Amino acid sequence: MPIEILMPALSPTMKEGNLAKWLKKEGDEVTAGDVIAEIETDKATMEVEAVDEGKLGKILVTEGSKNVPVNQVIAVLLEDGEDAKTLKDYKPSEPANDDAGKDKKEDKAATPAPAPAAAQPAPAKALAQPIVPVVNSVTSQNSSVTASPVAKKIADQNGINLASVKGTGPKGRVTKEDVMHFLSQPNSGSVVNRVADEAISIPNNNIRQVIAERLVASKQTIPHFYLSLDCNISDLVKSRAQINDAAPKDESGRPAYKVSVNDLVIKAVALALKKVPAANASWTDEAVLQYNNVDISVAVAIDDGLITPIVRNADQKSVLNISSEMKSLATKARQGTLAPEEFQGGGFSISNLGMYGIKQFNAIVNPPQSAILAVGAGEKKVVVADNGEFKAIDVMTVSLSCDHRVVDGAVGAQFLQSFKYYIENPATLLL
Amino acid sequence: MAEITVREALRDAMAEEMRKDENVYLIGEEVAEYQGAYKVSQGLLDEFGARRVVDTPITEHGFAGLAAGSAMAGLKPIVEFMTFNFAMQAIDHIINSAAKTHYMSGGQVKCPIVFRGPNGAAARVGAQHSQCYGAWYSHVPGLEVIAPYDATDCKALLKKAIQSPNPVIFLENEITYGYSFDLDDASIDDIEIGKAKIARKGSDVTITAFSIAVERALQAAEILSKEGINAEVIDLRTLRPLDTNTIINSIKKTNRLVTVEEGWGVCGIGAEICSLACEQAFDYLDAEPKRVSGKDTPLPYAANLEKLALPSVEDVCIAAREVCYKK
Repeated sequence: MPIEILMPALSPTMKEGNLAKWLKKEGDEVTAGDVIAEIETDKATMEVEAVDEGKLGKILVTEGSKNVPVNQVIAVLLEDGEDAKTLKDYKPSEPANDDAGKDKKEDKAATPAPAPAAAQPAPAKALAQPIVPVVNSVTSQNSSVTASPVAKKIADQNGINLASVKGTGPKGRVTKEDVMHFLSQPNSGSVVNRVADEAISIPNNNIRQVIAERLVASKQTIPHFYLSLDCNISDLVKSRAQINDAAPKDESGRPAYKVSVNDLVIKAVALALKKVPAANASWTDEAVLQYNNVDISVAVAIDDGLITPIVRNADQKSVLNISSEMKSLATKARQGTLAPEEFQGGGFSISNLGMYGIKQFNAIVNPPQSAILAVGAGEKKVVVADNGEFKAIDVMTVSLSCDHRVVDGAVGAQFLQSFKYYIENPATLLL
Repeated sequence: MAEITVREALRDAMAEEMRKDENVYLIGEEVAEYQGAYKVSQGLLDEFGARRVVDTPITEHGFAGLAAGSAMAGLKPIVEFMTFNFAMQAIDHIINSAAKTHYMSGGQVKCPIVFRGPNGAAARVGAQHSQCYGAWYSHVPGLEVIAPYDATDCKALLKKAIQSPNPVIFLENEITYGYSFDLDDASIDDIEIGKAKIARKGSDVTITAFSIAVERALQAAEILSKEGINAEVIDLRTLRPLDTNTIINSIKKTNRLVTVEEGWGVCGIGAEICSLACEQAFDYLDAEPKRVSGKDTPLPYAANLEKLALPSVEDVCIAAREVCYKK
């Protein structure tokens, strides 16, 4: 019986393709695994491998044919002992996804049946040759590849995707030897265990939805621009150490306070905003609202997202005050017990990812604010000192994201210059 | 070890049991005066007398029924059929009188009878005299069915058959009556009904066979070994009960099964074994289990056709190569 070669489905949604090229001609011997043709879709050109063996008896769809429906017979293989005479009475069978009354000859140019059920490739009667099967779970996919029971067993045990094993048995059956051979190859160590479910679904909670809405709106409506500056925080680091060493300790040796670099950054930002109040403002259509109070929103990471509790009038608070307030706000944030007035409002935001080693990043402005300072990690760098010698300093990169409607480049630069002055001269934070 | 023919081994088995137990007697056509149609009972009349070695008219139904009744009454008959083809005349007594009695009497009536004789093809004896009955009798619960090959197994298992309290079908082969084998007397007591043996150890394919097919299987294994296929040959020895353990363990080792029998393949011994392989060793199979059997036709009379109708050594080799995926 001549074996029909069908137009393969190269993806589950492919309905038709172009037969770009035949790599075998009528009369050629074909063995399982030989590339016999190239098929083009609008996505890619793929090779068609033969599944059966035989002699290519007749090519029914010529090179260059376009819009050949999936499952249409494109060629016929003669088995051992058959010859051209067998083909005399041969009539190609209907593609399996045809409507009942359709004439086969019209199929070449016609689009396949629109019903989604009919567009599914490979129903029972005539299977389209699978080319690159969608990889799903190892065992469920392995059950659709022809393989001997023991070959499947060994493949399942070793997490091998049988579709990637060449089958040398009859009709392309994967045998034990094929699997053992696959296992013995060096790159078979990179075995992939794919999880059947593509993804787990994590429902969006309130915070997630709010972050999504606000930040999408921010990016879509605010004309962002970004300024970066390196700060020499060698002195800051020293000062911080001094401050923390001076902390009185209780009976169990616990210090009364522990000031972080971020606490000092908050103070420096507050002082800089006093100097450059234009950065502490909001856009409205009629006017820019310049805030009279320096209220700084500080980004805190929590379980399901992030929130920005506010340190109000930060310019008037001491570093210690800021530090203890930040601690309590952060704790409340993580417990989900922040009161609305503790996180709604603020004129300027700070986001610090230095503790994660992030060197530099650009944050997204939180409307209705007009700027946000992104603080990176401090790292040791070698620079050329004034006397021409090399010295090692601690450098921290800060990046200011600005709403250009309110903060121009010069204003943003001035703010950063001011911030740099305060942060590089920690004594000024005492004022 | 001394060499002995299968014929002599069978005779010795009967003689030894008849000496041990005076209830054991032999009955059949030509068993006494003629010394046995195939000379299996040579000398038994002289040793045991006409009461213990009984000639009968040509009436299998008659003497089988008579013997079955005597077994129920306490004797231990050995019924010789000139071939098992003629036993079809007596099959009602074999099945309904002997096989089912223990069950139907609630265990009260036993039938310790042995039906023995040549089974299967001989040499140009025609279709009516060449059938293999292994499958027919193995089908029936209540019977033990034994089909040994070499002399030691024939002697050991005939003795065990005579000692067995159950009705036993003991299938011999006319052609192998004249074969000589080493007689391993020491192992006789250890050979049991229901236990197969590994006639040739191997690793690539399991070939099961019984009776004269064991010879074919061993010859095929020899040829296959030169092609790099290391076949394990199992001599089934007993057909009912089949030694499933030995067969399955072998398949688990080799991943492949070829069954060989001279009888017809349809509903044959091979069909049963292949089915068991699928049920109990499915995940160990690397290829379909294959049956090699006689062709599905009454056996031809012409010598060349008879040869073609029976499984040859090459038939076994071809099947083994197929399941090994080798040309």
